[in-house]
Amino acid sequence: MKALAGYLAGLLFGLGLAISGMTDPARVIGFLDVAGVWDPTLVFVLGGAVITTFIGYRVVWRRRAPLFEPRFQLPTRRDLDARLLGGAALFGIGWALSGYCPGPAVASLPGLNWPLAVFLVTLVLGWWLARRLAPAH
Amino acid sequence: METMSWLQGALGGILIGLSATLLMGLLGRIAGISGILSGLIFERGGDRPWRLAFLLGLVSGPGLLILTGLDWGNVADDSGAVVGAPANGLTVMLIAGLLVGLGTGLGSGCTSGHGVCGLARLSPRSMAATLVFVLVAMLTVFVSHHWLGGAL
Repeated sequence: MKALAGYLAGLLFGLGLAISGMTDPARVIGFLDVAGVWDPTLVFVLGGAVITTFIGYRVVWRRRAPLFEPRFQLPTRRDLDARLLGGAALFGIGWALSGYCPGPAVASLPGLNWPLAVFLVTLVLGWWLARRLAPAH
Repeated sequence: METMSWLQGALGGILIGLSATLLMGLLGRIAGISGILSGLIFERGGDRPWRLAFLLGLVSGPGLLILTGLDWGNVADDSGAVVGAPANGLTVMLIAGLLVGLGTGLGSGCTSGHGVCGLARLSPRSMAATLVFVLVAMLTVFVSHHWLGGAL
């Protein structure tokens, strides 16, 4: 059941990315290009996603626990540190150069090409490096 | 045409929100793609099956649209496509992938974990991270497209 839940969530996420146009790097870079011909599509995607999640979370949090697990696992930290903000800045540069954040890059696998393949390999290498440089706990 | 692509954006966003809600309601987890996938690759334990299933679902969403020939994509210059063309060549993509991996690894999240789930939780860390990566990305596009003339 847990695997089925994971599959369904992944399927909805992948369909959402494809239908919204986030599997198109040009749409993402069009949103980031505020000095060019600005493409607001990403605002609608993020807005729709955040509002739905905001409401959905508050509905499911009325239960004491999720359906298939003993408890909700939520991050508890509230402080800002250099690792969080520096990481976000590095991510921002890479996101702008490629038009890919991790979700759309992986969801674009059915349309695989060499630049995407190279991106995915170094993405995993970057995750490995981050774990080596600064273990989370 | 533009209004249509905005509507598709909002509809896709709602599906992403439903996915995040489903994952929280059933498994009690944040729908953060970088955490789910890097965890699948680098961590052992009981989370592997659902993380692997999530990955398969994530890829099969666009895959099913392509296989069934459904014209539901929202690619800017190609209404029939589901997946857009890469924005850059091999060298830039190599560097970009490394930066996205390192950055989301160190910063504990990406557009989904911080941008969608974190903002919906009203997490101050996610709000700060989202603000930083969006502003830095806008600045990067400004420099590469308008100062360097699209050289990157």
